[in-house]
Amino acid sequence: MKPPPFKYHAPASLPEALDLMSQYGYDAKVLAGGQSLVPTMNFRLANPSVLIDLNRIPDLGGIRSWNGGLSIGAMTRHVQVEKSPMVLDKLPLLYTTMPKIAHPQIRNRGTIGGSLAHADPAAELPALLRAVRGQVKAQSARGERWINADAFFIDFFTTALQPDEILTEVRMPGLPARSGWAVDEISRRHGDFALVGVTTVVRVNASGACDEARMVFFGVGDGPVLAETAAGVLRGEQPTAEAVQAAAEAAAEKDVDPPTDVHATAAYRRHLVKVLAKRTLQQAFDRALGKEVAS
Amino acid sequence: MTDLITINVRVNGVDYQRQVEPRLLLSDFIRHDLNLTGTHVGCEHGVCGSCTILFDGQPMRSCLLFAVQADGHNILTVEGLAPDPDHLHPIQEAFHEAHALQCGFCTPGFVMTLKPFLEENSDPTDEEIREAISGNLCRCTGYDHIVDAVHIAAEKMKEASS
Ligand SMILES: Cc1cc2nc3c(=O)[nH]c(=O)nc-3n(C[C@H](O)[C@H](O)[C@H](O)COP(=O)(O)OP(=O)(O)OC[C@H]3O[C@@H](n4cnc5c(N)ncnc54)[C@H](O)[C@@H]3O)c2cc1C
Ligand code: FES
Ligand code: FES
Repeated sequence: MKPPPFKYHAPASLPEALDLMSQYGYDAKVLAGGQSLVPTMNFRLANPSVLIDLNRIPDLGGIRSWNGGLSIGAMTRHVQVEKSPMVLDKLPLLYTTMPKIAHPQIRNRGTIGGSLAHADPAAELPALLRAVRGQVKAQSARGERWINADAFFIDFFTTALQPDEILTEVRMPGLPARSGWAVDEISRRHGDFALVGVTTVVRVNASGACDEARMVFFGVGDGPVLAETAAGVLRGEQPTAEAVQAAAEAAAEKDVDPPTDVHATAAYRRHLVKVLAKRTLQQAFDRALGKEVAS
Repeated sequence: MTDLITINVRVNGVDYQRQVEPRLLLSDFIRHDLNLTGTHVGCEHGVCGSCTILFDGQPMRSCLLFAVQADGHNILTVEGLAPDPDHLHPIQEAFHEAHALQCGFCTPGFVMTLKPFLEENSDPTDEEIREAISGNLCRCTGYDHIVDAVHIAAEKMKEASS
């Protein structure tokens, strides 16, 4: 199908874009990579009367080091993050996650800001942002504010962004000492959205007990889901096989309420939650304890 | 009726100036306005990859871009791949030799995806090839012959550049 008609603006600067956003508000949509927006317009699921194309604004992209981690401009393409030596160095978790997102042609165009603003419950980056306690910068003609990941993702395809706000920057702090991470997902075919996935970050204390375990699941609810019961099961415990098993079971039984759809049943998704929780917790604790990580 | 916007775009080395409606997809612009029907349209939601073109040298889905966004940019379609009317590009030759196409609907998307891939990676493994073509669907071949063709194309391109 073909997209419905719309008015097109391609502002050359951010202030110009913000003025257009305050002028059009609810009627307008930002066009970033278009890799999620254009399919929904082609199927007439979205019908914005105005598109504000950010692709002509020169300095909304770029990757810088920040606070032991990274600051990434909203219009940075997935492929730039995927191939960045700085990302590998500062946040290998993000580096490992990128190739799991869609296909090469889509990563050449899709943007980091777009993935976060779109807030697909099955997407990898919203979960990662929560797992590392990242934040996003929202700018409007009224001013700017930083929003923590835990407060940013509200519901299916819904974030804390106001209709006149543009997401301009993402910050992901580096992981503290004695931390470990892992990411894994199960999808029907390589590059498809995940049936279930998880981004896991853990931290241990000097005696090797778990200080914190943050597992954030995707594909199981209305957004990135933080497994809080499982975190409680592990807190203060040595990360033995039994403790990991107990946390994985808690995650599957208490922390998620997965949907049944054409791709998978709720019961199957719950099973995957348990399997992926166990697998990623083991890898993350191995990394935190400086052990070799079995892939 | 929405306003028409004037765009200047280079496609396969030829400069075009055209007036387009903002909602015109780049895939439809290429096929209907420029009559370059080698770029195929299978799904229009970014899944099949048959509409893949090179946008400033990078493979992208032309069904997920608007023609207005191509203003000032450089596009290569499958029609611009062969060096001259009597010779095929090494990737096209390799597809021919390895029987990497049956109906051919998916082929333009595959070869456009593979051009920059092979220019960057002259000796890819099976796994790298499968990752590179993971965004292109083929309903006929079962992919094995396509992977064979990529190995043959890699050899041909290495010979040509040595
Ligand atoms: C076949 C296919 C498979 C895919 N598989 C995956 C996958 O496995 N995992 C995954 O995570 N993604 C996947 N995607 C989506 C892809 O990663 C998109 O690029 C991404 O979700 C959206 O980024 P975009 O830049 O293309 O945003 P757009 O499509 O341009 O925008 C998406 C939405 O976000 C809004 N928006 C965009 N940027 C901003 C901003 N800076 N400020 C405010 N609002 C903004 C837009 O208005 C729109 O509502 C897939 C897409 C396709 C077509
Ligand atoms: S027609 Fe563009 S991806 Fe299928
Ligand atoms: S040859 Fe028919 S779809 Fe690929």
